[in-house]
Order: sequence, then C-alpha cells, then structure tokens
Amino acid sequence: MAGSNQDKWQGGILGWVDSRFPLSSLWNEHLAKYYAPKNFNFWYFFGSLALLVLVIQIVSGIFLTMNFKPDGERAFAAVEYIMRDVEWGWLIRYIHSTGASAFFVVVYLHMFRALLYGSYRQPRELIWIFGMLIYLCLMAEAFFGYLLPWGQMSYWGAQVIINLFAAVPIIGDDLSLWIRGDFVVADATLNRFFAFHVIAVPLVLVGLVAAHIMALHEVGSNNPDGVEIKKNKDENGIPRDGIPFHPYYTVKDIVGVVVFLMIFSYVVFFNPEMGGYFLEPPNFEPANPLKTPDHIAPVWYFTPFYAILRAVPSIAGSAFPGVAAMGLAVVILFFLPWLDRSPVKSIRYKGPIFKIALALFVICFVVLGWLGTKPAEGLYTLMAQIGTVYYFAFFLLMPIYTKLDKTKPVPERVTH
Amino acid sequence: MKKTLLAFVFALLPGLTLAAGGNIHLDKADVDLSNQQSLQRGAKLFVNYCLSCHSAQFQRYNRMARDIGLTDAQVIDNMMFASDKVGETMTIAMKPTDAANWFGAPPPDLSLTARSRGEDWLYTYLRTFYQDESRPFGVNNVVFDKVGMPNVLWELQGIQKPVYKTVVGEDGHEHEVMDGLELVQEGKLTPAEFDQAIRDLVTFMSYVSEPIQLERKRLGWWVLGFLAILFVFAYFLKKEYWKDIH
Repeated sequence: MAGSNQDKWQGGILGWVDSRFPLSSLWNEHLAKYYAPKNFNFWYFFGSLALLVLVIQIVSGIFLTMNFKPDGERAFAAVEYIMRDVEWGWLIRYIHSTGASAFFVVVYLHMFRALLYGSYRQPRELIWIFGMLIYLCLMAEAFFGYLLPWGQMSYWGAQVIINLFAAVPIIGDDLSLWIRGDFVVADATLNRFFAFHVIAVPLVLVGLVAAHIMALHEVGSNNPDGVEIKKNKDENGIPRDGIPFHPYYTVKDIVGVVVFLMIFSYVVFFNPEMGGYFLEPPNFEPANPLKTPDHIAPVWYFTPFYAILRAVPSIAGSAFPGVAAMGLAVVILFFLPWLDRSPVKSIRYKGPIFKIALALFVICFVVLGWLGTKPAEGLYTLMAQIGTVYYFAFFLLMPIYTKLDKTKPVPERVTH
Repeated sequence: MKKTLLAFVFALLPGLTLAAGGNIHLDKADVDLSNQQSLQRGAKLFVNYCLSCHSAQFQRYNRMARDIGLTDAQVIDNMMFASDKVGETMTIAMKPTDAANWFGAPPPDLSLTARSRGEDWLYTYLRTFYQDESRPFGVNNVVFDKVGMPNVLWELQGIQKPVYKTVVGEDGHEHEVMDGLELVQEGKLTPAEFDQAIRDLVTFMSYVSEPIQLERKRLGWWVLGFLAILFVFAYFLKKEYWKDIH
C-alpha cells in the first residue's frame, strides 16, 4: 500500500482538507469507527428510514414550493396546477403527501422500538428527549402543511385545532386570534403557516435531528438485549460486541431502504389516497368558510390524541380539560426515562407485567386512533374514555409495576 | 423477522375505506379508465349535458383529446361549445352570482367531484332523481336530498317516481319509507342503456379528476420492478459483508 501514487494523491487532498476541517475524524467518529452492537434486529431499521424520509420531504418540498402559491384565492388551484400542468408535478406532490404519513409510520415504529428495548434509559435520556422534541416538531410541521392545499378538510381541520387554543382560560380568545391573524382561518393564516412549514419548523427539525444523532454517538447505541457493549472492550479499546457502522450497517440499512421504498412506491403509484387516510376525499373540495363539512376528522397520525381530546368531558362549559389531557398525553412521554424503574432495559429480560402492559398499550393506541376517525357519540365515547384512562395509567403506574415485575438475569454479552 | 415484516406491512395498510355518505346504499360504478370508447362517450355526454352550468376549470381540452384518443380537430369541431382555443380549460360563461340566483347555489366545478364525492356516489346520484312537486324543479334525489339541480338527463332516462313501504319504527309507530324508484315515463334509452351512459359519464369524470391515473399505475410497475431487482443486489451485498460476523 505504502508508496503507491494513488495513496499519495488521496493523502494529499484529504490531508489538505483534514488540516483545515475534521473530515476524516467526522467520518470515523460517526461511520467507519462508530461501533454499533452487532445484534440489531428488524426494529433498528427505522432510525435510518426516518432520516431518509426527512430528506425525501425536504427535497420534494423544495420542488413543490417552486410551483405553489400561498394565497387564499390561488392555493387550491396551485395544487391542481402542480397535479396537472407541472412536469412530474403529480409525482412530487404524491411523494410529499405519502411522505408525510410515512414519516409518522416510521417514527411511531422507531419510538415503539425504544419502548421495547428501553432505549430511553440511562445514559440515553437526552437522546429520548431530543427525539420527543423531533416528534413535536413533526406534529407542528404536519399540521402547518396540511392547511396549504386549502381544501375543506385543510380549512376546517385548522379551524378546529386553532379553536383548541381558545379553550385556554382567560387568554384563550386573544391567543387563537393571534395564531390565526384574522377572525376566521384566512389568507393571513395560510401565509404564516406556509412560512412555518417551509422554513421555521424544518430548520429546528434538522437541528434537533443533528443533536439526536450526536447524543446517540456520544453514548453509543442500545440493542435488543439492553447490554452496554462499551463495558466489554478488547485490547484496542473496541467493544467486543461492536462492529463498525460503516460498512456493516450501511449495507444492511440499504436493504431496509429498498424494502421501504417498495411499500412507499406502492402507495405513491397505486394508492396515493390510501383509502381516504393519506388524502381525505373532502380535501378535493376547495375551502369554503360558509360550509362546515358533516364530519371533521384529522389525518390518521393525530387521531389517537384527537380521541383523547374528545373523551374528556368539558367542565362548566369549557373544553379546556380535554385540551389539557391531549397536551399531557404528549408531555408525559418526555418523562418516560424516569418512569421506568425496572432493573433491566430490554423487554427480553422484563417480566410478564410489563409485557402485558405494553401489549395493551399498543392495542389502546391503535383503538384510540380508530376512534379518532369516528363521531364522538355513545359507545365510541365510552371506549375512548376507557382508552384514555389506560393510556395515562400505562405511564403513571409504570414506576410501580416495573418495580414489582419479576425480571430475568441479563447476560454479560449480546446474544444472537 | 417475517412476522414483524408482515406486521409492518399491515401497519401501513389501514385498508378499510372511510364511509362516504351515511347509510344510503351506493351502486358500484365499476369504471374502466382504459376503455377509450367509454371515455369518449362520457366526454360527449359531459360537454352536452354538464358543461353549460358546470365548469371543469382544471381540465384542458387538448389534454383531454390526447388522453382519450381524439385529435385536436375532432375536439374543436364537436366538443368546444364554451371556449375557442384548444389549449384552454373547460370554463363556462355563466356567472357564479347569476347561477346562485337561479339554482340557490352556484353549480360546483366538476374537476374533482369524482375524488371528493367518489365514483359510486356520482353513479348513484345521477341515476336517482325522482319526481317531487314540492321542489323548484319538480325533482329530488335519493343520495342528495333537496338538491338544487334539475334532472338534466330526464329525456334519456325518463321520469321516476318513488315507491314507499310501511315499516314499524323504533317508537312503535308506522312510518312510510322510500323503498325504491319506478319508471313512470320511458326515456329515449332503456334502463340498461341509461346505466351504461352514466357509467361512461362517471368514467370520464373519474379521468378528469386525475388525468394521470393510468400513467402513474403503468409507471408504478416499472418502479416496483426496478426496486425488486435492486433488492436482490442489496440483499446479497449485505450477506457478503456480514458473512464474517458471528
């Protein structure tokens, strides 16, 4: 190797750059010499997939921005212009609309992975908190973006959500007026939502993603056994159960990316409306401030929280308790690292109580999501109330049941 | 691994469609967008019967010509009553304010109706006008109660009257409910011919609601094919790298 011309050439340019910018050390720190546990399973695909969807959304979003008009009179027609007259505009638009739902699918599965293997536990609390902030940004991003096509569901969905702020005691009315910038959702609202959607929130999002990955690479990845691989290093200081992220996990993640893209492409090319869940039929009707749709339902990724909102009865004519419950349902997730008191991280070594509690939580979350698409009446409301109680009980009782639970001994090294 | 993959696929496929119009039964439209004859017949009905009150403001004449297998000249000669340039969209001369005075509400633009209401809804709606003297135009509709639109297709369909039956409601009293429609005056078309005509019209409206539909599905197979081949390479590349990890 030594002395070949090619090496000198590479060393030359790279050496020049490295003495001015930490290119090689960044590459090594985050890829070639970042040692990840060798026992990652299916659930570990979703982190890199979330990053991929972020890139897809930013790139497709840039091209949409080139052709969109954030104007109450022209926004709806601008989307149809993109769908019909812009070259490949339909593809860019469907990629972006499918990407929004795909982002939540991937992030929900990524968060579920953390629940399975205790990835939020010490020393990874900050990774979890950065992740939760990313999730909050994602919800804001989706909410702002959904107004832009200016269809009936865009308009009335925004109306309903902004009105939630009006339920805040004392300052509520002024607050919602301040958010809308007008007495009803109107051009001013569309303009500010556009600004938030295309620059403000994405900027914060990208910064948080960087912080999330930096925190992860500082402490190292968890794994399905919940074993700290850094506790067992060889004579060179390399974890015995670790393998370099590049090339091992880069080539593995490519397989995940291709499978993901197949499912993604199926939706984009064959089923972009996804039965009315990804693109809602009423949104193909232009926004009409004088005509309230029969049934206003948020997009599927918000429906669990929407069900919680409607499950809580109003007190003295104020809907604030429901709004507060919905907010708390998200806030409580931030405290997860301190609610789980189990001596072990991974579900593999946790006892039956946690396993049952988690399984019920998944069912509860899915059922709440389904209820959020249904009218709030009779049996549906009762089911949503039971679901809401369980949702909070899962978290609030966690310090108790994780301590009571009978755990299994954790092995020294990762298993295969 | 397989189980979890399947779980992932199901997580992505909420599958069930959202209920469209309460509990009124909708007949299946069964449109076939690859049938150009049907699209052309539907286009003819559309420009003759719909396009004087309703616009399709996002649909260009020349794109329609290209997509449904007609020449620009054919469209200019036979279908352009409302515009004079073939590159224009299907707009109309009627002012929305006038229309609101005449019909109670301005007739909606039809560019996206097949997507917002659904094909089955349109197919049922257009076939279920019935005589109702209490309405301004003497007709009402089964799926759109108190509709402002007259039955512009009555010459083709004929005139329908509702048939009632008596049922005992939850409160123990007897109620009259509509049990169906019967033809009391024949139209130019037989019921089967009329159903086919409406199917053609809905097919055309489905095309108008998303002109790229057929093309995107055709491309989709190529994309999935490419990804399937890429998967084989990606899979074996991963296997090759990982063979010494134990």
